[in-house]
Amino acid sequence: MSDRATGVIHETRTRDYEGHLLEVEDLQVEFRTPYGVVNAVNGISYTLDPGETLAILGESGSGKSVSAQAIMGIIDSPPGFVTNGSIRYKGRDLLKLPESEKRAVRGREIAMIFQDALTALNPVFTVGFQIGEMFRVHRGASRQEAKQKAIELMDRVRIPSAKERVGDYPHQFSGGMRQRVMIAMALSLDPDILIADEPTTALDVTVQAQIMELLDDLQSETGMGLILITHDLGVVADVSDRLAVMYAGKIVETGSVYDVYGNPAHPYTEGLMASIPRINQKGEDLSPIRGAPPNLMRIPPGCPFHPRCPYARQRCTEEVPPLYEVSADRRSACHYWEEVISSKEPQRG
Amino acid sequence: MVDATAEVAEQPTPAGEPILSVRNLVKHFPLTQGILFKKQVGAVQAVSDVSFDLYPGETLGLVGESGCGKSTTAKLLLRLETATSGQAMYKGRDIFTMNKKELRALRRNIQIVFQDPYASLNPRMTVGDIISEPWDIHPGVVPKKEHGKKVKELLEVVGLDPGHTNRYPHQFSGGQRQRIGVARALALNPEIIILDEPVSALDVSVQAQVVNLLEKLQNEFGLAYIFIAHDLSVVRHISDRVAVMYLGKIVEIGRQQEVYEKPSMPYTQALLSAVPVPDPRARENKKRIMLQGDVPSPANPPSGCRFRTRCWKAEDICAEETPALIDRGQGHPSACHFAEIEEIVATESA
Repeated sequence: MSDRATGVIHETRTRDYEGHLLEVEDLQVEFRTPYGVVNAVNGISYTLDPGETLAILGESGSGKSVSAQAIMGIIDSPPGFVTNGSIRYKGRDLLKLPESEKRAVRGREIAMIFQDALTALNPVFTVGFQIGEMFRVHRGASRQEAKQKAIELMDRVRIPSAKERVGDYPHQFSGGMRQRVMIAMALSLDPDILIADEPTTALDVTVQAQIMELLDDLQSETGMGLILITHDLGVVADVSDRLAVMYAGKIVETGSVYDVYGNPAHPYTEGLMASIPRINQKGEDLSPIRGAPPNLMRIPPGCPFHPRCPYARQRCTEEVPPLYEVSADRRSACHYWEEVISSKEPQRG
Repeated sequence: MVDATAEVAEQPTPAGEPILSVRNLVKHFPLTQGILFKKQVGAVQAVSDVSFDLYPGETLGLVGESGCGKSTTAKLLLRLETATSGQAMYKGRDIFTMNKKELRALRRNIQIVFQDPYASLNPRMTVGDIISEPWDIHPGVVPKKEHGKKVKELLEVVGLDPGHTNRYPHQFSGGQRQRIGVARALALNPEIIILDEPVSALDVSVQAQVVNLLEKLQNEFGLAYIFIAHDLSVVRHISDRVAVMYLGKIVEIGRQQEVYEKPSMPYTQALLSAVPVPDPRARENKKRIMLQGDVPSPANPPSGCRFRTRCWKAEDICAEETPALIDRGQGHPSACHFAEIEEIVATESA
């Protein structure tokens, strides 16, 4: 995605900060429930640059959505608490900002879209009103101006006959069109970062293709950074530049999508790749990862993946693996990553 | 390609009598208006004229997007919904005209596993009770004394700990619950299992475990599967033959390699091209057919070919004449006046 996005477009954006557009460092989030503390995110770090697409890949309960909610500052607290780390947006730590300044960033500079567009939209207001609300609240636009802006945005996300549909309610739209409405709202204030949390999971595959193409086009137009949160290895391969694989609240592998897919350096990534059927081959037996993901209240000691890992040995049960440097822009949280990367065939669990 | 043809030779067209023959299956759900005096104002044509055969021991994949009628078809076959018209012959008897007693026997032989392993297991029953309940309904399959022993056997067959018979569904993970659903379906030694999106709710790493289990059980017990799913990769992996549905109709049907490697109906081609391939190197040389707009409402489907409103090949004839599901020289039936094979997914030898 970035090849098209880099170049002229985002040079027009003024760059008045040092380092990366977004830098998440050692982020930890926990939920204090009556049953115990759920360690949802356990020290993750990543960066995002303008025009770049970073995919965060993980299964349910891996902490991928919670980490994004922490960036947006929309974690329900209590029970959720960010217990450590920093989230620097253009050099400023969002976690240390007073609520009023956080509000100014949220929505205006960092926007988010969700999996379920129907529950994310208010059923009793027209979509035009809801898109226009952004302009009324953040820019003080009049109702008439806001409606005009809403129509423009609906055109931009390619909702057919936007003028006629601006007065329709969410239930009158199909799933794909609702997600377009969400995207229109997210883009209304021209954010620098868009976080898309499973944006196409609830959609059919042909509609998914339409939405991913739309996001791709919009990113090229605006030069925004995109964080794509998904469990779908196909979607990640299709659109992202870099990838972070999450397991039990930790990033276990990160690198360019070509490198990681070409030859995984973490047993979990390798296991995922071996467990999906491919459309372009009938294939033999799938090699699933044995067992199930851990309960986040009782994460195994040492490497959290060790009970399911075919490479695991004594050391893995005792010593938490750091993110080892595999190459300049690639990391793996496996003591034996060299062994994993040199294995041709995925080992069976 | 060489490998693929070799595989064709290994899997000849299913021989013998079909175990299940569905002909011209139609299901319309009435749309009514008014509260006290309900007046029918139209009908959602969920399934329109669907015909297919299922052979013993094979897996027929049913793919299509939401609302295409694939789950309704499944419910009709078990008479969980009443068909508007059509026939479904199981061993020479029409399912839709069976009386209560015959229906009970039928449901012993055709079982179903549902998508949501959280909603389809009674949270107040133990796993042992869930799996043995079919034997209370169909006495004579397993004598009461042996229930406990047989439950343990079934749990072992589906890869669960036989010691867990007294646990409740909430004590199991999603993948384990789906195994319980499979064990329950196996309890009556059925010939056919209808799997309605059995792995869609599961995580990728767990999904593969259940798919492998289903394949193992099929080999062991000679089961025939109707595998309903929207994930085309999973369907290809598990199916011998595949039927593609669009707006209540089967638009293309054939052996797995025919449908995936030689799709000839434009909708099948678009569907296949939309599936993201988990290989970033495939990005550049990928053909992608982007469909415009949404699926039309099944309450008011387009005349003629139902796909014509979104089809790039559509001509006048498509609006006037419904294309028959026949072989127009491409080797397998496809419902398109202008059927033409186009390779969409470059097949790698596995």
